[in-house]
Amino acid sequence: MTERIRIDDLHISIERRDDVVRAVDGVSLSLAGNEILALVGESGSGKTLTARSALKLLPRGATTRGAVLVEGQDVLSVPGDTLRKIRGGHAAMVFQEPSTALNPVYTIGWQLEEGLRAHGVASRAERHARGLQALKDVGIPEPERRYHDYPHQFSGGQKQRIVIAMALSLKPGVIIADEPTTALDVTVQAEILDLLRKCRDELGTAIILITHNMGVVADLADRVAVMYQGKVVETADVHSLFAQPQHPYTRRLLASVPRFGQAVRPQRTPAAGEPPVLRAEKLEITYPGRFRKPPFRAVRGVDFEVRKGEIFGLVGESGSGKSTIGRAIAGLTATSGGVLEFLGTDLRRASRAEVQRLRRKLGFVFQDPASSFNPFMSIADCIAEPMRIHRTPAAKREIDARVRELLDAVQLPSSFASRTPMELSGGQRQRVGVARALALKPEFVIADEPTSALDVSVQATILRLLGDLHEELGFAALFITHDLAVVEEFADRVGVLKQGEFMEIAPAETLLKEARDSYTRALINAVPIPDPVAQRAKRKRAV
Amino acid sequence: MHEEPPQVHDSGRPPAREGTAIMAPGAAESLPARRSIWSRARHNSPFMFGAVLFLIVALIATLVPFILQLDPYAVDTSRRLSGIGEEGYLLGSDDFGRDLLARLLVGAQTSLIVGASVAVLRGVLGTVIGICASYFRVLDHILMRVCDGLMAIPAILLAIALAAALGPSVPNLILALTVVFTPNVARLVRSRALAVLSETFVEASRVQGAPPLHIILRHVLPNTLSVLTVQVTFIFADSIITEAALSFLGAGVPTPEPSWGNILNDGRGVILQFPLMTVAASLSLVVTVLALNLLGDGLRDLVDPRSSGDDTRRGMVSRLFGRAPRTARRPRPAATEESTEP
Repeated sequence: MTERIRIDDLHISIERRDDVVRAVDGVSLSLAGNEILALVGESGSGKTLTARSALKLLPRGATTRGAVLVEGQDVLSVPGDTLRKIRGGHAAMVFQEPSTALNPVYTIGWQLEEGLRAHGVASRAERHARGLQALKDVGIPEPERRYHDYPHQFSGGQKQRIVIAMALSLKPGVIIADEPTTALDVTVQAEILDLLRKCRDELGTAIILITHNMGVVADLADRVAVMYQGKVVETADVHSLFAQPQHPYTRRLLASVPRFGQAVRPQRTPAAGEPPVLRAEKLEITYPGRFRKPPFRAVRGVDFEVRKGEIFGLVGESGSGKSTIGRAIAGLTATSGGVLEFLGTDLRRASRAEVQRLRRKLGFVFQDPASSFNPFMSIADCIAEPMRIHRTPAAKREIDARVRELLDAVQLPSSFASRTPMELSGGQRQRVGVARALALKPEFVIADEPTSALDVSVQATILRLLGDLHEELGFAALFITHDLAVVEEFADRVGVLKQGEFMEIAPAETLLKEARDSYTRALINAVPIPDPVAQRAKRKRAV
Repeated sequence: MHEEPPQVHDSGRPPAREGTAIMAPGAAESLPARRSIWSRARHNSPFMFGAVLFLIVALIATLVPFILQLDPYAVDTSRRLSGIGEEGYLLGSDDFGRDLLARLLVGAQTSLIVGASVAVLRGVLGTVIGICASYFRVLDHILMRVCDGLMAIPAILLAIALAAALGPSVPNLILALTVVFTPNVARLVRSRALAVLSETFVEASRVQGAPPLHIILRHVLPNTLSVLTVQVTFIFADSIITEAALSFLGAGVPTPEPSWGNILNDGRGVILQFPLMTVAASLSLVVTVLALNLLGDGLRDLVDPRSSGDDTRRGMVSRLFGRAPRTARRPRPAATEESTEP
């Protein structure tokens, strides 16, 4: 096997206003054909920059040292026209978000041919033939008919297939896949991973896979390089990495990955006989149709209840209506039918004053901690906001005391009170989000994908924090997520949603181990296990 | 996210713990301190340059006529169009034998007063209209249709018509300019406010049961103000130009009162014998407007809470004063940055 990519002592520093950030600090890697190398590490560890250096796709203000050889040519020093030949010809890129990687104003056929045109395929017929072939290779049904369709006419998974087809169209020796499945649902993720595996096996492509998902690593990678603070701390064969991680950071990373089917959870027995905190009966939520489109029924008659002190997990793929339910309970989305009872009051029939009173009993943790705080308010103001709105407590001194108490509860130093949200990291911001949700001592907390914007290690600590606070304060919670492993670790009961309807509601441990419903089983099967031996065995069984 | 892993020291000492207990996050880490407004302002050359220039213009316009006891109305028909430096006239005299310097400086006062009043009035009115329109749907349709109607008429024409109907005077001019240009500000504020209203932190506030006034005052207004301040400086500059244009056409500041537009108009007749009149008035306009535009450009960078430092340029002013923090440019490990990925 020849070396497709060789990175020699690569340093990348990015110049900011007052300082220079050493983003990549002496990385050496090599990659042969027929091989998939996974680059793992948390955000900011330099994994994306390292991989992108193979195409010299670096941000402004970046300076490099070292060499990146793609098929023997140093990408960092070759002149522009050679670089353009390498880009697409020898190495291509698959992006994270397929919906932004495709230009909405051109047909996918045009975009597939764009690369061919740039690389001098002059004949129109040949370009068309090769574009069609690429679509066929990545498994787009009816490629002839779909060739002249626009990106919005495809689903997310199909778009990612098209992006891969574009990357493959010039048969490059190397593909750089930057979080290729992060934006996709688990079942679609499994298909895309299969497709990438096919690229390696049938075309002999070398793939650099950037991911934070250890399940994906276990499923797909041959070798793994673990990056931490700009350095590769460990490179190993995937099996030995998972079996015997050498570096302490790798061990810590693997320990924080939620493992499906191995969650150790204290048994909580929800108080029986007491009225449920939340009860939904034949709940309907319909988004009105606009521009002569029929109305969209996001939630179609669901029945469920959340008991006192219980964590109810709501899982489903995107578009299943799980967030809509959470938003409806919080009053952000209007309901269109059925009963939605919160603490014994039907929210659909309650007066405005009653709803206002009930809102004190409800906390909401949002998905994206970056956008859920007003950048002009200090952390203390953010946490104090619900108390100021409801004037409980009324005195400023009491509010300040409570803010300190809450910062302490979410394990942030009280010096953070005067900072602005922009100065905090994602995990710290999400802690502030939890503190704000708990400010009024709510009886019910809705957490809408609270950890999906965070790194695995941060996710683990936030989940642990939520769990501890739940033990201590005993609130009931609705935990909305797409991640089955997280639900298993965290929830008492789980409801599986598909297209606005419950497929199954069951206690967490029985649901995930012996699911009755076929959709639930398919969903569980699609989750890659963060263990290469088990995952590969599972895949063989499936085939 | 650099929260959990403890700082790895240069010796390569590995992190001590292995995914066990939660550490007190942030305890072991050093967040880059946010730079003070002043230090950021100093590094922003357009802002500093514009601010200093504008201050100079404003100071000269207010102080010099007072100190030198200049009278812009004193007519001396025997000494018309005298040149620079002739006795009693630092910048010469105009076609009525009035002191050109006095007229320029007092004209500057008029321009600044008109510009400032229009900018403030438009800012306030536009904000009120824009925010009301963004928050209340019914009002939105009414207010925005009125704005559309006003914007459909050419601005200068409408201003002339209004000024003519109201009668020529400085307050009427201010009123006319405000009416004509407020719709632009209202539109800008409305679009910004709509964007803010769809942000998650506004939803978070709603979930907590916040009343509309709270959301408007605490969330929408501060987030709109940044755009607005910038816009107001540009409006300031714009109003000065429009005022000059109207005065030049005779629909603005009524004549004997000095104003740059009036001086330009007077100078038009004698441009061949005494071009200084036109040149001086134009230069004053250009310098003032340039100062304001630079100020606005600089403000745009300053007011954005997100842009605290990913800008590699260093300011001219800080370089001039030798305060450029060269020594502070030490490389540091990537992990202290929020994210280094593009």
